[in-house]
Order: sequence, then structure tokens, then C-alpha cells
Amino acid sequence: MHDLTSLTAIELLGLYERGETIPSKVLRACLDGIESKEAVVGAFLHVDAEGAMARASKLDAEGIGGRPLFGVPVAVKDNICTSTMPTTCASRILGSYRPPYDATVVRRLEDAGAVIVGKTNLDEFAMGSSTENSAFHTTRNPWDESRAPGGSSGGSAAAVAACMVPVALGSDTGGSIRQPASFCGVTGIKGTYGRVSRYGLIAFASSLDQIGPIARDVEDCALVMGVLSGEDPLDATSIAGDTEFWKDSSGGGIDGLRVGLPLENSKWEMDLDVRELFDQAVNAIIESGCTTGGARLPEMDKSIACYYIIANAEASSNLARYDGVRYGMRSDADTLTRMYEETRGEGFGAEVKRRILLGTYVLSSGYYDLYYSRALHAREEIKRDFRKIFEQYDAIILPTTPEPAFELGERLDDPLSMYMSDIFTTPASIAGLPAISVPVGVTVDGLPVGMQVIAAEGREDMVFRVAGTLQRSFGFNKRYYSLSDESGEGDR
Amino acid sequence: MSAGRYETVIGLEIHVQLLTSTKLFCACPAEFGGEPNSRICPVCLGLPGALPAVNREAVKMAVLLGTALGCDVRSRSVFARKNYFYPDCPRNYQISMFDKPLCENGVVELDSDDAPVRIRIERVHLEDDSGKLIHESDGGSLVDFNRCGVPLAEIVTMPDLRTPAEARMLVKQLRQLVRYLGICDGNLEEGSMRCDVNVSLRNPGETELGTKTEIKNLNSFKAIESGLEAEIVRQAALLDAGKEIEQVTSLWDSQHRESVVMRSKEKAHDYRYFREPDLEDLVLDEGLLKKVESLMPELPRERRGRFVDQYGLSDYDSVVLTSEKEIADYFEEVARLSGDPRSSSNWIMREVMGELNNTGKDIRSFGVSPEGLSELIKEIASGRISATAGGEVFGEMVRSDVEPGDAIASLGLEQVSGEDEISEMVGTVLEAAPDEVRRYREGERKLLGYFVGQVMKMSGGRANPSKVNEILKERLH
Ligand SMILES: [Zn+2]
Repeated sequence: MHDLTSLTAIELLGLYERGETIPSKVLRACLDGIESKEAVVGAFLHVDAEGAMARASKLDAEGIGGRPLFGVPVAVKDNICTSTMPTTCASRILGSYRPPYDATVVRRLEDAGAVIVGKTNLDEFAMGSSTENSAFHTTRNPWDESRAPGGSSGGSAAAVAACMVPVALGSDTGGSIRQPASFCGVTGIKGTYGRVSRYGLIAFASSLDQIGPIARDVEDCALVMGVLSGEDPLDATSIAGDTEFWKDSSGGGIDGLRVGLPLENSKWEMDLDVRELFDQAVNAIIESGCTTGGARLPEMDKSIACYYIIANAEASSNLARYDGVRYGMRSDADTLTRMYEETRGEGFGAEVKRRILLGTYVLSSGYYDLYYSRALHAREEIKRDFRKIFEQYDAIILPTTPEPAFELGERLDDPLSMYMSDIFTTPASIAGLPAISVPVGVTVDGLPVGMQVIAAEGREDMVFRVAGTLQRSFGFNKRYYSLSDESGEGDR
Repeated sequence: MSAGRYETVIGLEIHVQLLTSTKLFCACPAEFGGEPNSRICPVCLGLPGALPAVNREAVKMAVLLGTALGCDVRSRSVFARKNYFYPDCPRNYQISMFDKPLCENGVVELDSDDAPVRIRIERVHLEDDSGKLIHESDGGSLVDFNRCGVPLAEIVTMPDLRTPAEARMLVKQLRQLVRYLGICDGNLEEGSMRCDVNVSLRNPGETELGTKTEIKNLNSFKAIESGLEAEIVRQAALLDAGKEIEQVTSLWDSQHRESVVMRSKEKAHDYRYFREPDLEDLVLDEGLLKKVESLMPELPRERRGRFVDQYGLSDYDSVVLTSEKEIADYFEEVARLSGDPRSSSNWIMREVMGELNNTGKDIRSFGVSPEGLSELIKEIASGRISATAGGEVFGEMVRSDVEPGDAIASLGLEQVSGEDEISEMVGTVLEAAPDEVRRYREGERKLLGYFVGQVMKMSGGRANPSKVNEILKERLH
């Protein structure tokens, strides 16, 4: 008998195809898992057990019908609009807001036969790197409940790591899929900018935001990306392209590929175990038969500064709509201006306010040239640097984060150190490139470490191939943390 | 009105609501009015997660407008966000164009009687409209978002206007243009065309601009002229007193004929413009530009010239007949059907336009069709009715919505040209007035008019006057 909750989506599909189980049985197992572990993990903001079960029973009756995600339970980050469940962005200001429409990705998941189980926790409006900035509760890292799951898609990464669901959707603006995937020992990908429609994703920074899957392995990520991807008339920035072949690309091997290794890595401040695993990953790549060489990456400091200026500038504008006039929370006040002030004062958390203020500042007429236009200029340089690299290489690898999951509360009072955990993930975001985080091992303290693979615009296939090789070399996808397991770590 | 010894410098910003079927960034109907908040969706409401997608129809119309204004059309323009908080603006930013507008560097020539005045057009760009606040008597306010996302083309002129009359003339001309282009109904009162003015004064000969003030939302030609006049007088008085002009934005209160200050420079907005990241650059391909070219109608100025050349009309008549595209179309149709452009012009200038003026009607809803009017003109030309009777027939056609033939019959206005019938009436008239006949024969020739009048009276106006004249002269010999 399989433990249904530890299977990948592809394994589940195999069972369905062979008639060995049915969607409602799998969902039951997931819901039971959520019930037993949620009190500790706190991955969800809303679980729609009833709705999901109704949907699963319907699928039981319908049969698979060629649907690529048939009967696969999926959790969705709570900044993605669902018409049947609240969508709060983990913010008081959206309280129990229920959108009147579904995000394009939600429609695509449902068309593909997936069962949406609930909405996962996040840093308020996806701003943060620990999921501690949620207005509702903190999510804990299933590998060590005193540690952060990463952010801002911490709820989604934790839900997959704790075997509550095989697949969850996250959103990545500067690393919000990859960093929590790394912290939680699971795989997560952000595609090329525009690859997945943003329609229905509550915006943080529009020119950077991307929805992507967090799953147990590279193959599931490729499968789900295939479902989510494709041009959407409702999102003018979405792109078209053939995504079918990705499903097989992770098994393709990397013989003959050229992989770039960051030249500057000796200078980076990095946890020793992370450095050690990075070296092992490099060796694994070389042993798999590809050529490697040094690649001069864009300056990381420049990337992160550029990222925080552009992201916050866009956020200050995107978050202006939460004013208490039309939906969500409204504070009582005598005048319009005071109503705005009090609603936003009470509705937004500290991190969100900090970023709105920063963003407003860098766009203001006196400082626009000093900050915003320089950041745009730097962004072009970063893109150019990457283009040069990808003239020479098919992909580059580097750690996803400089260190493993940190302690909860450790960085709450130090926003700058919190921002630094995104230092390796922001360059790909700034340049709009596809990037994946795949787990390769654990530190001496037993905390997972992820490696990041970045490829040229539109080359998700390269990302999957290189990540697939790392996955096979380290076999980490076969290890998972289960709270019910006394040892804390087990093999299936 | 007096600017005293100062030179007045005026620039205009005119918002033109485009007549697209759907809104600028979503598929909601762009139609005016409707039950409040009945024409809205997540996109035009700016709900969290909703994204804009550009309506190509609106782009076409704005390019058409820019081209007609002689602008250069950018092959790649960029939408930007204009950030400000206001309850009728659901995203709290407007999507407009900033440093890379759709069209730039155009020019309009004012149709002035004096030397031609060239007004440079700085730009024409696209942006979305906001909703509408409804203030209740108890102090509460409601918002209707139906208008939210309706496409606007904004025309910005350079400060090339020198008098309020020129400003009014330019807006009139632009209104005529957008109606010719079929992209806007040009209704200032209903807000489908909205005019903001900038005005400053300076000493003659100076090239630097003085401090300007802005008056927003002038919603009639009269308001444009009187708003500007009042502002010029106000500024001139301040300058005369040696005071500084404060840079303010005001609203014109046409009832009290004064401007009400909305905000001063200290409180001026910092709109924090930046590129709209939800939209790609707006790239115009050859196909679209070709399409626009093919959509370009004959513009008023060309049409005017053609009316003079082709139909031999006077300049004045051509101007009047081309004032509105629909009237010009009506004229051309009547002229074609009747084969008599001169009479067609006369009839339309006097009777048709008089009727429209009296009733406030629009040519589009006018009851007499070009076919009807051209029939009437032909009936007069053929002598079936007299020109005088024609006026009556026209009146009947307007009143009862009938064909000219039926009106002639029902009014009994068919002209009598039969020799016998007229001879008989002439006989009766002469018999009844022996004195006058004698005096005529003695040389009092002007009495002929009297006899004609009597015969016409007897015939109820139907007798053919030239026939009457002819027979009378014969009999009085
Ligand atoms: Zn709409």
C-alpha cells in the first residue's frame, strides 16, 4: 500500500491510469495529512475540504479523460484569485475578500483536472523572505519547526514538504518560489517572464511577478509548468511558445551541454555547508558529461539594489488600490483623506508600509532620476550581462540561497539582512529568466540546501535538463520530511 | 475683456471620448450612461489581480485623430501610470501616456477671417477615463464606475493661442473634426469632449512665459470664452498691482462667472509617472497604419474647397454646408438626386437649417429625407408648383412626414397652367374692375400687378404667375 501523500503528481497519475486509486481517496489522504500537521506547520490560510471533496468525487465518476493533472491535489498561494475561496494576500486589508473571478492559472489547473485544496500562507502581499510577515499566522519549516520556511511562498513550500499536497502554486518576484523551495527541500521553478499568465495574481511588482509550481521533483514542475504556460489574451505580457516537450526534458541528460559556473563564487559570503554542496553539484555536473567554464555573473549587490528599487516602486503603485473605498477593510473616519490614512495605516503591516514608502520615495519627482531611472539602467546592464553569458553557456548554476533556513524571528527586526537572503535569486528575476531551485542535500544540522539553475530567456528546457541531472545525482527528491515520522527524515 | 497692456498666452488640453464599442482595457461596453455600476468588470474596476489589455479600435481612432491633426505617429509608444488617490479612480492610478505618446508635433490652422493662425499640437495620447462621483444631500458620496476605462484621446496644444475667441474657435474646429472622423460625438455638455485651459500673461515682446493658471472642465463654448476672459482680467489686475500670479488649478463656475481654486502649486500633485509594467510597448504595424489611412475621410477644409469647385457654391455657403459632416452628406445627396446643387444649397441653408435651429433637432433625426427634398425641388423646377407653394409643401412634409407629391395633393397646391382656366379667371377679374381696366388702358401700367394679384388670389395661389401675366397683357391690349 502506498502512502498516497508522499507520491508525486506523475506517480499519482500512474495509479489513476492503472485504476489503482481514485481522486477522492487521494484527496482524503491529503486532507487527513493537513488536519494532523497543520497545527504545527501552519501552511494554509484556508482549506476548502468540502469543495475539494465535491470536485474529487465528480472526477471519480468522470475518469481521467486525458487530463494532465487529473485528480492531483493542488494548494494555491493566497495571492492568486479564486472565486470559491477567500483571497487575502495574508493582509488584514483584504480580510475575507473573495474575488468575483478566477485567476487564469486556477482555470487552467481545473481544466487539467486538478483539485484545488486550499490557499496557502505567505508574507503579506508576497513581501518578505520568511512568511513571518503574514497578518494571520507564521508558517513553520517542516524540517525544523523553529525555522522559517522561507518566503514569500513559504506556505506553498511547506505544504509540499510536509506532504500535505504533491503540488502547490507559488509566486516569485525576487526569489519567492526558489528561496522557500530551497529552505523546505522541494523543487520550485519561476519561468521566463510572461511564461505563465499573471491574470488573477494580486500584483506585488508587475514587471517581476511570475506564478510557478512548487513540487516534489523536477518532472512534476515540468508537468505543471506545461499546464500553466501559454499566451493569455487577458495578460498583455504573457508569451506564447511550445511547452509540451518540457515534460520529457528533465530526463534528457546534459551530455555535451555547456554549463557556466560563477567566477565570483569564492568571494560570496556563504554558509560552509552550502559551499560544500555547491562544489559537489559542480562535480556532479562535470561527471555527467557537460563542459563547464567560468561565467562572470552580474554584480549581485547591483542586482539586489536594482530589484528593491524597481519592485518597491511598482508595489507602491500596485497597492494604491487598497484604500477602503470599494472592497476589503475600511476604517471609520470623518473625512475621505482620514479614511484613506486610517484604512491603510491599520490594514497594512510594517513591511508592506516600509516598501510602499520606499517605492513612493524612489518615484517622487525629486528622486526619480537618482534612483528609479538608475535602477532601470542597471536592469538593462544585468540583462546584457546575462545575454553575454548565454552566448557561451546553455545554463548556469549557483546556490539558491547563501545559507539554509534561518530561525524564525531572527531577522524580523533587520530587514536588510532579510533582503540579503534573496541575493542569489534576484538576478534571474531582474532579467526575466527561467530559474529553478532543486534540493541537493542537507547541512550538518539536517537543513535542506537547494541549487539554482538559470537559463536564457525561453529556455526552460535547459533548466529542466540540468536540474534533472542534479536530482538524479543527489536523489534528494526521494527524501522528504514527515512530521509523523519520529526520525524526522525518512525514505519512502 | 481686457488683458490691458499684456499679451495673453493660451494653451488647451482637450479630452475626446472615443466612440469605441468597448472600453480601453477590457470588453465592457463603452456606451454612455446606464444603470450605475452595470457596465463593469474586474479589469475596469481595477480589482486585485486584474490586468489591462489594449483595445486596438481605440488605438486606431486616436491615430486617425493624430493623423488628421498632422501629427507624427510613433511606431512605438508607451503607456505610463499616473498615480493619484481619488475615489472615482479604482486603481488609484490612471493609465495614460507620458514621455512617449502615440502622436506628436501636429498643427491646426484656425479657420479665421483674418490672416491664418497656426496652432501647434504638442501631442495626442490615449488614456482611460475615471468613474463618476454622485454626491448625496446628506453629505455621503456614491461612485458609479460605468465610465471607468472608457477610452479618451487627449489633445494638448502648444501655447499658441492669443485670445479667448481663438480658443473657442479652435475647440469648435476640433469638435467639427472629431465628428467628421466619426470618433466622438463632440458633446461638451455631456462631457464627451472636455476642455481644460492654461493661461498666462506677459509683456509684449517677451518670449518667456508668465506664471500660468489652469481652469479645468469648461463644458461649453461660452464657458471657454468667458472663463478665459475672467481669468485674464484677474491676472492683469494682479500684475498691474505689482503682485505675483500664483500657479493654481481652478474650476469654472459658469453660474457665478468666477473660477474656484481647486489646488495651488504647493499642493500640486506629484504623479510619480512610470512605465505601466502590465502593458507591452504599443507597437503600430504597417497594417494598422494602412487601415487608418483607408479610414481617413475627406476633412472639412478639403470638402469646403470641393463644394466651391464642384458645385459652384459661394465660400459662405460651403462653410455652412460643411459645418457638420452629416449636413454636408445630406446636401450632396440632395444635389445628386435633384441635379440642381444651387437650389439644393438654398433649400438646405434656409429651410432645412432654419427648421433644425428652431427645433434643436439633429440632421440625423430630421424627418425630410434627401429623396423627399430633391423631389420637391424637382416639382418646383418642372412648374408643377410655385416656389412659394414649395415652402408650404416643405412645411407639410416636416409636420406630417409625407412625400412632396402627397403634400401637394392634400394642400391642393398644384399649379394651374391651363390656358382656358386662367383665361376664365382673368375674364372674371377684369369684368369686376372696369374702372381699373379703364385706368390701365389710359396708361396706368402699374395696375397690372393688381390684376395679377387678384387672379392669384382667386386661384388660391395656384395659378402659374407667368401664364397669368401673359394672358392679362393679351386681354388688356
Ligand atoms: Zn470592464
